[in-house]
Parts: sequence; C-alpha cells; structure tokens
Amino acid sequence: MNAARPERLWRRTVIGIPYFWLLAFFLAPFAIVLRISFSDPIIAQPPFTPFCDPAQGLYLTADNYRFLTEDDLYWVSYLKSIRIAAVSTLLCLLIGYPMAYGIARARGAWRNILLLLVILPFWTSFLLRVYAWMGMLSGHGVLNQALLGMGLIEQPLKILYTDFAVYLGIVYSYLPFMILPLYATLERLDGDLLDAAADLGGRPRQVFFDVTLPVSLPGVVAGGLLVFIPALGEFVIPALLGGLDTMMIGKTLYDEFFINRDWPLASAVATVLVLILLVPIMLFQRISQADAGARR
Amino acid sequence: MRQRRTFIFSCLCFGYAFLYIPILTMIAWSFNDSRLMSVWTGFSLRWYQALWQNEQIIDAALLSLRIAFVSATFATLLGTLAALAMSRLGRFRGRTAFSGMLAAPLVMPEVITGLSLLMLFVSLQGLLGWPAKRGADTIAIAHITFAMAYVAVVVQARLTAMDRSLEEAAMDLGGRPMGVTLDITLPLIAPAMLSGWLLAFTLSLDDLVIASFVSGPESSTLPMVIYSKVKLGIAPDVNALAAVIVSIVGLGVLAAGWLMLRTARRHTTGAP
Repeated sequence: MNAARPERLWRRTVIGIPYFWLLAFFLAPFAIVLRISFSDPIIAQPPFTPFCDPAQGLYLTADNYRFLTEDDLYWVSYLKSIRIAAVSTLLCLLIGYPMAYGIARARGAWRNILLLLVILPFWTSFLLRVYAWMGMLSGHGVLNQALLGMGLIEQPLKILYTDFAVYLGIVYSYLPFMILPLYATLERLDGDLLDAAADLGGRPRQVFFDVTLPVSLPGVVAGGLLVFIPALGEFVIPALLGGLDTMMIGKTLYDEFFINRDWPLASAVATVLVLILLVPIMLFQRISQADAGARR
Repeated sequence: MRQRRTFIFSCLCFGYAFLYIPILTMIAWSFNDSRLMSVWTGFSLRWYQALWQNEQIIDAALLSLRIAFVSATFATLLGTLAALAMSRLGRFRGRTAFSGMLAAPLVMPEVITGLSLLMLFVSLQGLLGWPAKRGADTIAIAHITFAMAYVAVVVQARLTAMDRSLEEAAMDLGGRPMGVTLDITLPLIAPAMLSGWLLAFTLSLDDLVIASFVSGPESSTLPMVIYSKVKLGIAPDVNALAAVIVSIVGLGVLAAGWLMLRTARRHTTGAP
C-alpha cells in the first residue's frame, strides 16, 4: 500500500502536468475567444464589453455574427481561402506523389540523401523562404528575366502580388508536409507485392491503381490534411506574395485585429474558421492516433 | 518500365529544383553590390557588414534566441511527459480529449492560436493582474504550447517503435514504473528528445504570427523585424541574413544526418 503511493503520484504527475498546460493554454483560450465573439467592441482597455458586468448581468450579442453574414468581405474571404487551400493541396499531391514514390524506390544511401533534402527546407525559416519568392517573382526578378531571355514574353509579367504567386508560395512551402507522410506509407509498400502483382499479369497502370494507390491512401489523406488545414488559415504567404484582392481569411482576421482593432469581430471570424476546420482537424487527430496505434 | 523510371526521375529533378532554386538565388544575390535584385554590379560583402552593424536586427536575434532556448527546453519536458502518458500509461480518464488537444496545435492556423492566446493573456491580466506586461514571457508560453505538440509526436514515434523487452525485463525483475521510466526508458528516448528540442527551437525562432499577437510594444522578435522590413519590398540585408541562417541550419541538419547515417551503418554491419 505504501509502495503504491509514489507510483500513483508519478502517474498523476506524468499525465497531470501536460494535461493542465493544454487545458490552460490551448482549450481555455478558445472558450475566451468564443465568449468575446458575443461581446460588443468598446473604446476601452481591453476593447470589448466586460464578461460579466455586476450592473447589467450577463451580456450577449450576436451582432458580430450578423455582420459576418452581411458584409461580403468575409464570405468572399472564407470561400477564396477554401478554394486556394484545396487547389494548392491538389497541386502538392500531384508534385509530391511521384517524388515520394521515387524516394521510396531509391537505393540505400540515395534514399536517405533525397529524404534529407526534403526535410532541410522544413528546418530553415518559413518566412525567409516565402521572402525568397519575392525576389524570384518581382518585375525584374529571376523568373521574368528568364522568360524575357528565352523570348517567351516581350514585357515583364506581373506575377508578384497576384493569386498565382500565392498558389506558388503555398505549394512551395507545404510540399515537404505532403511528401513525408506519402513517403512513410510508400516505404512500407513491399516490393514483393508489386512483383507478385506484375507476375500475375498486372499491367503497370493496373498495378498502380489496384495495389500502390490503395496502400498509400492513408498517406494521401494525412499529407492532404497537413497541407489543407494550415493553408486555409495562412497569413504570411497572402500578406507577402498576394495582391490587394487576394483575400484569404487569415489575412482578413489579422487586419480586423491589428488595423481595425475590432477584437470581438476578429473573435467571431476565428470562431467560424475553427468551426470550418473542426471536421478536418478531428479527422487528422484520428488518423494520427490510428497510425501511432498501428506501429505499436 | 523505362518510361516510368524516366518520368519519376524528371519529377524528382523538377521537385528539388523547385525547392532549392529560390533559396540558392537569394543567397547568390546577397553578395551583389547593388541594392537591386535585377542587375549584378559585382561581388561585395557590404550587406553582411550592414547586417552586422544593424543593432535592431542583432537585438531582435538575441531576444529570439533567448525565447527559443527557454521555450524549447520547457516544450521538451512537457512534450516528453505527454508522449509517456499517451504510450506507456494505458487508459486514463480524459485520454481522448488529451490526445485531441495534443494533435490539434500541429495543424491549427497560427492566426487562431495567436489571437486566442492573446485573449487569454488579456483576460488573465484583468482578473489576476498576471501577466503584468506582454513580451518575452508571453511569447515563450505561446511557443511552449505549440512546440510541445511537435516534441510529443517525435518522442511518441520513438516510444512506439522501440523494442520494449528491456523495459519489460526491468519490470519482471521488480522495477517500479517510475524507476523503470527514469533508468531504462529515458536514456533510450534521449536522442528523440534531442531532436524534439531542436525542432522546438527552430519552430520558436521562426514564428512570426503568434509572436505578433502575444508580444508587447517593446519586444520585437527577429521574424517580426524581418517581416516589417520585407513587407515594403526587397531588402538586401535580409538576403544576407537569410544566407547566414540557411547556412547555419543547413550545415547543422547535414551534420546530424551524416551522424545518424554513420550510426545506422555501424548497427547494421555490427562494427563497434
């Protein structure tokens, strides 16, 4: 009985400390954002009506949400973000799948080197890699000079500060997140299985669609979610590479908060964004736990 | 067969060119004498010199390094505890909610994390008087919260992949869970904890959006200074800064990769 006590304490410590931290600094903040989204903005510090005023009692208003549905800006931002994130995810898949396949089929040391080269950009600054594209895409930038030099265009194209630049930036920044989970599933794919399928008369295309693709499907879903979810709320890429009409919701939220200083409205924008992302995030959480369980 | 191999090979070439040409171009332009990124007027180190003399950038870099060190250390502690809880302690009450809160920060858009943490800090300040002012401390708390999720993933992967026979043998010999964890498990997962620490360190060093929300007026981290410069257009001293950062990180990752490759080779050949 006495010996069991320190063990119970140990168990409680290991679970309790990270649990408390996540409740305090991850879950509680969402509850507060939800509460503030039902407040009015006021000119004070902090700039919203108090949570509970002794004189007035509990004050709740749905004005912020009403405003979200009335002003086109927010609808357009949400829809445009979903479109940009979805198309970028698809492009990442189209570029990343053959790359992951090639890495998984590479021999010995080559495989590790190729993998390391995918991981390397992930460790270097995200902000600086987005900035690198500003130099590539500007009016006198490398891309325009190359196109001019090849005689494909006569006037420099406006590429920087357009939607195209945002697509390019997102695909570039998130490509490693697509390749790594794809590689993890394709690496497990048994070479013997492919040989057997080929021996049984499967043509390459048939083998790919009947064997390779189904086996790698969990990687496609995991990579897709790892790109789609953060890309939907992306701020840096539309802010640096996008034009004035590139309204992505992450940038709209940021401007609402920092430029208009309307905290309750920004909270309402964030709440709706979390609601949109709820299903994809739960899906992501399920497959990441299923993956951890499968390897056990 | 040959056709497919050519296709895969050209995809790899295109993909790696896409990943590396912008970075390498930026490094090359950092040695250009001209302010413009369109004409090459000669080799020069003047932007590196300008960088070295820019006190705003140096101060911001020191602040960022300090925050990254503190938050990586705490994130490693918390993330390792969380990984142990998820993979060694079986069922406990609220496990599903716990794993959900642990996975969500990996994909949560930064604007949401930043906004919600700021709202928390402002509300706490109103209720408890803490945190008295926003700055390095609040940025560190925010970074610990999202970096611990990454550490937990790295450590948990190691915990589930590794051979459990040593731990089981220690248990059979009468070891208690706490003793076995500290004496057997911890040394085995130490390399994973180190990579988790490095990951948390670079994530903290790199974060712009969350820090912008939760920092105060006096504390600007390095990404915040860089962002305020490049928002106005191309800045040649940022090219030099980028070259410095990319070289340091690149050499570090290559060295780590080489070390891992060497140890892996030793294990497979059985040499000491």
